[in-house]
Amino acid sequence: MTPAPASARLWWALAGVPLLFLGTFFLWPAATVLWRGLVGDDAGVGPGAGLAEAWAVLASSRTLRAIATTAWLALAGTAGSLVLGLPAAWALSRFSWRGSRTVRALVTVPFVLPTIVVAAAFSALFAASGILGGLGLDQSPVAIVLALVFFNVSVVVRIVGGAWEALPPGRSLAARTLGASRWRAFVHTTLPALRPAIASSAAVVFLFCSTSFALVLTLGGTRVRTIETEIWIQVNQFLDLRAAAVLALVQVAFVGLALWVSSRASHARAAAGVATARRRGPRGRERWAVAAALLPTLALLALPIAALVERSLRVVGGYGLDHYRALLVPPARTALPVPVWEAAVNSLVTALIATAMATVVGLVTAQLLAARSRRAGVLESLVMLPLGVSAVVVGLGLLLTLNRAVLGVDLRGSWWLVPIAQAVVALPLMVRALVPAARAIDPRLRAAAATLGASPWRTWWQVDARLLRAPAGASIAFAFAISMGEFGATVFVARPDRPTLTTAISRLLSRPGLDNAGMAFAAAVLLAALTAAVMLLSERLRTTVGAEL
Amino acid sequence: MSAAATRASSGLQVRDLTVTYPGRPPVEAVRGVSLEIARGEIVALLGPSGCGKSSLLSAVVGVVPPSAGEIWWDGEDLTRVPVHRRSFGMVFQDGQLFPHRTVAGNIAFGLEMARAPRAAREARVAALLETVGLAGLGERAVSELSGGQRQRVALARSLAPSPRLLALDEPLSSLDADLRARLGEEVRQILRATGTTGLLVTHDAEEAAAIADRVLRMADGRLV
Repeated sequence: MTPAPASARLWWALAGVPLLFLGTFFLWPAATVLWRGLVGDDAGVGPGAGLAEAWAVLASSRTLRAIATTAWLALAGTAGSLVLGLPAAWALSRFSWRGSRTVRALVTVPFVLPTIVVAAAFSALFAASGILGGLGLDQSPVAIVLALVFFNVSVVVRIVGGAWEALPPGRSLAARTLGASRWRAFVHTTLPALRPAIASSAAVVFLFCSTSFALVLTLGGTRVRTIETEIWIQVNQFLDLRAAAVLALVQVAFVGLALWVSSRASHARAAAGVATARRRGPRGRERWAVAAALLPTLALLALPIAALVERSLRVVGGYGLDHYRALLVPPARTALPVPVWEAAVNSLVTALIATAMATVVGLVTAQLLAARSRRAGVLESLVMLPLGVSAVVVGLGLLLTLNRAVLGVDLRGSWWLVPIAQAVVALPLMVRALVPAARAIDPRLRAAAATLGASPWRTWWQVDARLLRAPAGASIAFAFAISMGEFGATVFVARPDRPTLTTAISRLLSRPGLDNAGMAFAAAVLLAALTAAVMLLSERLRTTVGAEL
Repeated sequence: MSAAATRASSGLQVRDLTVTYPGRPPVEAVRGVSLEIARGEIVALLGPSGCGKSSLLSAVVGVVPPSAGEIWWDGEDLTRVPVHRRSFGMVFQDGQLFPHRTVAGNIAFGLEMARAPRAAREARVAALLETVGLAGLGERAVSELSGGQRQRVALARSLAPSPRLLALDEPLSSLDADLRARLGEEVRQILRATGTTGLLVTHDAEEAAAIADRVLRMADGRLV
């Protein structure tokens, strides 16, 4: 249907909100980073010299090693997630038993945990004093890969499990009646049908694995370096912003490649239908197969969390709440300039501001994207762009461009950069959660309101606002949880004397001393509990929506 | 037709109405249709799906902007008047009831938009519930209703603000044959009783004959 000219003007006027926000806080900073990476920042040097300089950074053995490490860590993380995730997807999508709902919920938990919490958990597990400290995996690539799998196994279970549930059981049964064994029926009918979902989940996992800055920074120590941690080291230790910009260029290219592959893979996925197969109880030997399929995943998920909680409670000569009490007092030496509770307050305040910003921009954007059109498509890809660029690049961009006076407002060293960075990271996720709900509203429902005498404004208030209230609440809670747990961009712009909970945990983990580690673990438990509570609320809000529409 | 044109100015007048949807190439759904409906008359537009009858109806109501032509009511040009000020009601094919409102809340919507006082609103809702045979079901959620009940609510809702013209877009086609025949007769009686002018779109000749005073056939964007 053609929108009237007046509504087209309104559309563009409203589009100014996301365009201005993203233009200032994402496009300009990101473009600046990429430009400086390509050409350099010295006006005196010609672009040729700039390129030569960029090439020197790129070809250095340090950079090449970081690229190689990023690639193989991501590949190993993806392979591991598939190896554990596919059997788990099979068990959870085909069978149900008493407690299977709990297992299903448990498997999705890791995905909502902040990366820094997972990093702290694996550090608690593999550190010399941890439960599995004897394995000597601390600061090893193996620990990082396991952490990546911990994070992403739920992605595989969700995407592949969903496709598995949607498979009509008739097809594999038809193959069986044609004389195929169970295994051949699986290989010839089930597996080909699942291939797009598997490819899609692998691409998404690869993308997440190549942007897992907090994990590598915390667990990799000085030995394992990816492109992202290399950017961080260049900025923080060598103060070489030029090299950091070149590396950011590499990171964007790397993620761009992963995204391109992912979008090609997910094109094929659109065919997935509604769940048709009924889950049933496992019989006989199936019980053993289900157990074998789920136990490795459950062990991988439970152990680090248990280790984290255990270490946060362990004190000299037993267990106690000393580390939690220590969160309330200023840390002994140079570990942290403020007590952790202050960092927690900072986190809450910045996350609230970030959520407010993301909410305003996100709600307007979701409205604009509700009706599909070419301009909506362009706006949607623009809003999703920060998701395709690593949070590290977002943070670096803000540091390079906005760390000075802009339009008369001095943002230098301002803590405003922290909520801005978090809002940029949370916005695409929020919009992605909101747009399907906005699109689910039949445009004729608005037409019905209009024929009953409702002006466009009252139509919006009576129809859109009412029907989107629950999904909007869910996505706002989601944005808040993302902001609370955001690390990659935050760490670049947070001032040392005003840490957030995530940067405080990272800092405490990097300091020697059992007390610092204990505090970091206690703080990580606190952060995990906060985020989990908010996500639970978000999930609850989301499910009430389904009943309404 | 020519006699009607000279009488003019009472009821609905549509002149050379064209509706074009953008695209490559653009789709001309309605091609220069002119028609008149006298006050209190019920006219059906009959035609196969895709003939442009729903587009014509939507353009008359104002949900879709026409690319050319005019829409008049009682000598007043409504072509540029937005939907919500035309006081033309519409019953949609699948009801399009507000899922977040009760039955009574749905029927009261148009009265709220007209800022009718609460007491008057409640009285009117109760009367309309009676009219469409749903007395006492006002507090039900619309999700609890059957298909026939939903269309009754949709009818009551669109009648509540006393529209000058009621557009009905395949109002019965989602119902089974038995119910369709019964409800068709009821719709006609209700429109008659309230003196509402009606414009019905349908692909079912029986339904058209049962409800309307006059049937216009449409094919390929034109009246035939």
